[in-house]
Amino acid sequence: MCLAIPALVHELLPDGMAKVGLDGVLKEISTALVPNVAVGDYVVVHVGYALTRIDAAEAERTLALLAEAGAHA
Amino acid sequence: MSGEHGEPRLRRRRLDVAGGRVDMSHGAGGRASAQLIDEIFRDAFSNEWLAQGNDQAAFRVDLPPGARMVMATDAHVITPLFFPGGDIGALSVHGTINDVAVGGAVPLHLAATFVIEEGFPLADLKRIAESMGRAAREAGVAIVTGDTKVVERGKADGVFITTTGIGIVPPGIELGGDRAKPGDVVLLSGSIGDHGVAIMASRENLGFETAVVSDSAALHRLTAAMVAAGGTGLRLMRDPTRGGLAATLNEIAHQSKVGIRIREDDVPVAPQVAAACELLGLDPLNVANEGKLVAVVAAERAEAVLAAMRADPNGIRAVAIGEVIEDDRFFVQMTTAFGGGRIVDWLAGEQLPRIC
Amino acid sequence: MKHVDEYRNGALARSIAATIAREADPARLYRFMEFCGGHTHAISRYGLEDLLPENVRLIHGPGCPVCVLPVGRIDEAIGLARHPKVTLCTYADLMRVPASGGSSLIRAKAEGCDVRMVYSTLDALRIAEAEPDREVVFLAIGFETTTPPTALAIRAAEARGLANFSVFSNHVLTPSAIRAILEAPKTGRLPPVALEGFIGPAHVSVVIGWKPYEVFATEFGQRIVVSGFEPLDVMQSVLMLVRQVNEGRTEVENQYVRAVVPEGNRAAIELVDEIFELRDAFEWRGLGSIPHSALKLREKYARFDAERRFTIPPSAAKDNPACECGLILTGAKLPADCRLFGTVCSPETPMGSCMVSSEGACAAHWTYGRFRDRARRAATTRGGAA
Repeated sequence: MCLAIPALVHELLPDGMAKVGLDGVLKEISTALVPNVAVGDYVVVHVGYALTRIDAAEAERTLALLAEAGAHA
Repeated sequence: MSGEHGEPRLRRRRLDVAGGRVDMSHGAGGRASAQLIDEIFRDAFSNEWLAQGNDQAAFRVDLPPGARMVMATDAHVITPLFFPGGDIGALSVHGTINDVAVGGAVPLHLAATFVIEEGFPLADLKRIAESMGRAAREAGVAIVTGDTKVVERGKADGVFITTTGIGIVPPGIELGGDRAKPGDVVLLSGSIGDHGVAIMASRENLGFETAVVSDSAALHRLTAAMVAAGGTGLRLMRDPTRGGLAATLNEIAHQSKVGIRIREDDVPVAPQVAAACELLGLDPLNVANEGKLVAVVAAERAEAVLAAMRADPNGIRAVAIGEVIEDDRFFVQMTTAFGGGRIVDWLAGEQLPRIC
Repeated sequence: MKHVDEYRNGALARSIAATIAREADPARLYRFMEFCGGHTHAISRYGLEDLLPENVRLIHGPGCPVCVLPVGRIDEAIGLARHPKVTLCTYADLMRVPASGGSSLIRAKAEGCDVRMVYSTLDALRIAEAEPDREVVFLAIGFETTTPPTALAIRAAEARGLANFSVFSNHVLTPSAIRAILEAPKTGRLPPVALEGFIGPAHVSVVIGWKPYEVFATEFGQRIVVSGFEPLDVMQSVLMLVRQVNEGRTEVENQYVRAVVPEGNRAAIELVDEIFELRDAFEWRGLGSIPHSALKLREKYARFDAERRFTIPPSAAKDNPACECGLILTGAKLPADCRLFGTVCSPETPMGSCMVSSEGACAAHWTYGRFRDRARRAATTRGGAA
């Protein structure tokens, strides 16, 4: 369940909306559930709504852990 | 497209193409029908057979000994009628040319039938007819006969176009969906999913924008080059339209009673197509194409056919994507980018965006 | 695709698989249930089962809201759609779900009902605004992830004074279903499940956080690793679960730290709480009635509640008795063990919940994995003869 995909915020629009992009595909979504969304954020988009912001630092840490988990194989 | 000409000295007003609409009289067989045919279709399609104004097109066919004829027909209904990279007119020409061409045939002539909804703008009809004419001329094929009907508002969706094509298969060439054999190589002429994504993006209700354009194209020059390069090693060709690559491969597996194994890493998908599919929860393997083909070729001819494909503008990105294998369950399997295995199945029902 | 492609690296997946194989004790069985259909989909789509050692097994759980929606609710939705003034809007996932008597929303549409597929609740609102003469009913389904968008639509309808918009709520709750599975030995309502841990929800946890799962570690001694939906997320979570088992830990861990914080999305939780309240019980297809497992609109929002606004003919529909969805959803049986699987039950003509959506355990196995069945049967037969 719950197909959601991280997309980059390109532009903030009136009424709590934003234009987000995923590899050149643009879509208007609602950011009403995530306070203080800014251009340049990555948000997780589900059924036309941002659910949260991706924490870039945590993403880096996860990728480092993944690399570590795959090491010494 | 039979019609009659008016009284020589009676000056009739020309169709108001800019602001006019198709009404019931345009399909009633009277003067209005004749005028519609004259001013919209005969001009756009201009060829000697149509110009004769008969109920049928008569032409000679010089068949070399051993050659065969093929015939294919396709009904075109699409929303929206105009989309990035094409429109229903060009699509209806390309679609039938491709159905003829993947049989190994050189397309000869087309026939076209229009079912038009009352109230349809004449400007749109003219634009569609001109697009069909252009597509046919570019392909070197003529639309030699046709028919037009008008139905009441609400009984059709704008315009439906059925095209029928004939073509000639050179002697010695016999292609068929039942001819794939274990060990054969599966070739694909380019990236998948472009047409379907372009169409979905142009539908307002999904609310997304892309620069993806439909791959709608006539493939008969590509197929002719493949026939020449593959000879009897070319088993079959097919265009993966509705249902996408997945449906086409399953059809081949079932018709030939074989299995097919493809490699995910080798199936080209444009980044924007992949992204749109992610957003909508679709698998590019199920998304429609209108200018791509799949071929099954004996292993020893695969390189030659691939080279011939890459020399054609519609096959520049042609790739080998897998092999035909023995399998009495006729499964199409895919080695994923992860090295795991999965089935590539027919789409169940209609392709709809998923939220989960 | 940033934050996506990095987690789909096949070479790294194989390396992590090697680490899992090295660390998994061959004398032990590791049975992990991925609760969510999103995980089931990733596992099947990327063929992850082929990468894991034989004693690390993934069991597909009930976390697909389309799958667990009982036939009766679809019947009722069709009943709603039959009201001449009603325009029923819903996510495309529900269009083909079978109702009783061979019906479905797509068939109801063919019969003349005004049923429209929408991608977002925003679209349903737009339709309600554009067509004030229609009664627009949004057929809402989904777990905690999909509930806030429904709640926002109700709030927007209230703010815009839309009198012709209402919601037929089928929103369900993840922790209640996990509890039902874990309490199976006690309640006897479901077959007992032998599990070493759960791969916990990704986007549900984005909304509710991971705190609500702590009770499963403390009360039931279970392990839960909240996991992203990308294949490397799943592989890492399996490794984290294997390590918990090996080290004798029973904890809630969070692999999906880039999107999940302990307390979740406060704004979303408060919004849902403002508009919805718990139902006493709700029927889950394949799992039966589960107490406090679904949401309905609060009295204050009654005018937006389709169940209060319309007379809906009740349905007495029951699941097909031969269907083994309950056993499959709880991991007691595999899809291929059900005698309906692939015979009368397939994605074209689903009989049970697991075959309904591409995320259901049976549909995923049919669509992606059924090539493995013959080898498995052969292995079982050989094992039996030895």
